[in-house]
Amino acid sequence: MSSHAHAHVAHHFESAEQQRQSAQLGMWIFLVTEVMFFGGLFAAYVVYRSLYPEAWVVGSHLLSIGLGGFNTAVLLASSLTMALAVHAAQTDKRNATAMWIVLTMVLGFVFLGVKVVEYAGKFEHHLVPGAHFHVDPMAELAKLEAAGVHVGQHLRHAFETANPSHVQLFYSLYFAMTGMHAVHMIIGAGLMIWLLANTLKGRYSSAYYNPVEVTGLYWHFVDIVWIFLFPMLYLIGRH
Amino acid sequence: MSETATIAATAEPKNYLTNRHTIQSWLFTVDHKRIAILYLISLTVFFLLGGAAAALFRLDLMTPQADLLQSETYNKLFTMHGIVMIFFFLVPSIPAVMGNFLVPVMIGAKDVAFPRLNLLSWYVFMAGGLIALGAIISGGVDTGWTFYTPYSSMYANSHVILAVAGAFIAGFSSIMTALNFIVTIQKMRAPGLTWFRLPLFIWAMYATSLVVILGTPVVAITLVMIFIERFFQFGLFDPALGGDPVLFQHLFWFYSHPAVYIMILPSMGVISEIVSCFSRRRLYGYTFVAFSSLAIAVIGFFVWGHHMFVSSQSAYAGLIFSFLTFFVAIPTAIKILNWIMTMYKGSISFDTPMLYAYGFLGLFTIGGLTGLFLSTMATDIHLHDTYFVVAHFHYVMVGGGVMGFLGALHFWWPKMTGRMYPEGWAKFAAIVIFIGFNLTFFPQFQLGYHGMPRRYHTYAEEFQILHVMSTAGASVLGAGYLIMAAYLGWSLFKGKRASANPWDARGLEWETTSPPPTENFLSTPTVTQEAYAYDKPSVTHVPPEEKRV
Amino acid sequence: MSEHHVMPIRVYLTIIAILMALTVATVWVAFLDFGYLNTVIAVGIAVIKALLVVMYFMHLKYAAPITRLFAGAGAVFFVILIAITLSDYRSRDWFPFPEPWEQAHEAPASH
Ligand SMILES: [Cu+2]
Repeated sequence: MSSHAHAHVAHHFESAEQQRQSAQLGMWIFLVTEVMFFGGLFAAYVVYRSLYPEAWVVGSHLLSIGLGGFNTAVLLASSLTMALAVHAAQTDKRNATAMWIVLTMVLGFVFLGVKVVEYAGKFEHHLVPGAHFHVDPMAELAKLEAAGVHVGQHLRHAFETANPSHVQLFYSLYFAMTGMHAVHMIIGAGLMIWLLANTLKGRYSSAYYNPVEVTGLYWHFVDIVWIFLFPMLYLIGRH
Repeated sequence: MSETATIAATAEPKNYLTNRHTIQSWLFTVDHKRIAILYLISLTVFFLLGGAAAALFRLDLMTPQADLLQSETYNKLFTMHGIVMIFFFLVPSIPAVMGNFLVPVMIGAKDVAFPRLNLLSWYVFMAGGLIALGAIISGGVDTGWTFYTPYSSMYANSHVILAVAGAFIAGFSSIMTALNFIVTIQKMRAPGLTWFRLPLFIWAMYATSLVVILGTPVVAITLVMIFIERFFQFGLFDPALGGDPVLFQHLFWFYSHPAVYIMILPSMGVISEIVSCFSRRRLYGYTFVAFSSLAIAVIGFFVWGHHMFVSSQSAYAGLIFSFLTFFVAIPTAIKILNWIMTMYKGSISFDTPMLYAYGFLGLFTIGGLTGLFLSTMATDIHLHDTYFVVAHFHYVMVGGGVMGFLGALHFWWPKMTGRMYPEGWAKFAAIVIFIGFNLTFFPQFQLGYHGMPRRYHTYAEEFQILHVMSTAGASVLGAGYLIMAAYLGWSLFKGKRASANPWDARGLEWETTSPPPTENFLSTPTVTQEAYAYDKPSVTHVPPEEKRV
Repeated sequence: MSEHHVMPIRVYLTIIAILMALTVATVWVAFLDFGYLNTVIAVGIAVIKALLVVMYFMHLKYAAPITRLFAGAGAVFFVILIAITLSDYRSRDWFPFPEPWEQAHEAPASH
């Protein structure tokens, strides 16, 4: 066993354990940079929301909770399959590892597919910021009421006072944040392909599974970003 | 570089420079020492470019009216100077060159934790640099290195997207280096090398890396936001949509104030090494100096609003930012005090690295203290965006950052190249640089105090005499750099061979050969004593037959 | 210290069940009116979900102390960035800007 492990220890490390801890710490530090990277967008979101809460109410009402909620479930499930892939690698189950990686990737693509549907809808409804952006909060309010949604006092007030330009700001942030998240998903899917290839080549075992483990960390992180984006974009101000 | 290697190879046992000679052995190397050399060469080129831009607009500023340059060109030149010098010279300077070379050697490791990532960081850096150069060649950028919105995002007609992309990409290279250093220092220290036996340079690199890790991603996303606004026309800072251009300043300075510490903390680490070596004393107040690096790194994240006193930032926020800014002076003063205490009753010798350390102490102190004028809200309203600010940050970044870099370059030059530079010329150049620097920038304090705004192409006639002095100083400064380049280049071929420990210094890097073998040490060293044990004889792991003096 | 920690699959399944339940809960709560507390609850649930992912799926619970320190530092500095930036915007109208000169000192009619 230990001779097997040694084959994977790079020349500048003293032991497999040192190498594994280094890979783990390195990935966590990278994730800290990712947290700060998204931090800039979150800061913009928090500032603008605190300035224009009513526009945020209108903006989030035009997003589909159904699609957003479905995607949340999909990503959470993909985190489970990723965790199971690491588990399978830890316990020397190569075929199971490959299967869980494939499943993670598939769930990732499902998420991206739904995202494409959502983006297309925004194009259709002129909710993409820029010259063609158009939103009429009063008309949206009328639609809500026509659909039989109970519109409380706060909600009505928000729709009556929201400035369409500020709603456009909401959508700039919506696209920036979900777009940046999607870019990370695409990179993650690419990493899954790489992991799969190496798994099938038999590179990973219970003695050496650092790449599976640290790619898993990355994948879970992308999931966490969505865990925050979903309530912040879709659920804010529904009451 | 490879010619040097060839010459050395005939007489020498194999070291990291001589063990292979092909171009590929350099371009695809994963040896941290060779990557350091790659960085050194590329940074020298960027420094020359940034310096050339400064020389041009400094020449133009000799007269109050525009003679040499058109106003647009002038704007593009100072922008280029700022972008190149900050993102492509100062931020990477000591970490990417000295840190890359020294961190593994100083902690007795064979390499950094992720050698391939280290090489990738150089390629990413070069890609960023070439894209930024592309922006300059294809017509230039005129936003200033700060890329303030809404000018950068909406109105500027220059190549903002390319320049922003270049800076964004270069940011990743510093993140990769910093990540590597933290993991390396954390996980790969030699047996016996406890935290409080580490050289203070290592503490400084660790603190710097923390700042890079926490700050750089924020400026990265901020630059992405400019890109999104310019390219997709999604207003993120657009006042017409209710967006706030000052939000850009918040996000920008969240990184760019701590970035000053990315440039200065490594220098402080270097000064600790040099001062103790040339005073022959262990560093006074080791723990204080070590923790003050971390303190500077952390407090540095709470003060960014002092760049925004005259924006629409709230007076209360300004008050708190001003107050916190004074706090950074405390750990900085602790360091300076401890360096002076180290020298007190030491047996000081004035070798070239020590001259740069003295230069650092004087110039950085002036830079730091004038910072207090600017962090006081009332005086800042008068001094904001004047030459006073320009002089202040050049005293910090050149007087501190570059002096530290040059001190480090001279101190470890024998270790890196295996050759000694000519001491006489080196001292001469150090003095010329010191005089040239002061002549360039001291008049700028006065200019700014009298109301000369920064980034102006033309000015009132009464400012001319000070501008002429400044330009004259810049030529002296330039001459000093060129003398240095000449004798360092000469020493590569003709310099005296360096022994393993030419300064009789303490620390693992002096216990191996000059230059070190590829694996740094023939066997992993064990550390038994504290750093700076100048009261004990030096240790060597060099086999006796290789010892030369 | 962090010798290959293999967690039983049962743990993963429990965690995913809680995560899904919390997702349903956060959607449900969003439609009830708690005033400003709605935001607090939404973010609170998201933080709990994130912590579950971090601790169990990402094994932070069993990671080396230095790893946990870095993860914590990331969260702290994320909050610092947002909190300090927001503090500027929240305090902008605490201090009235001085009136323009013309209004404070009525301009002579001849001007
Ligand atoms: Cu600052």
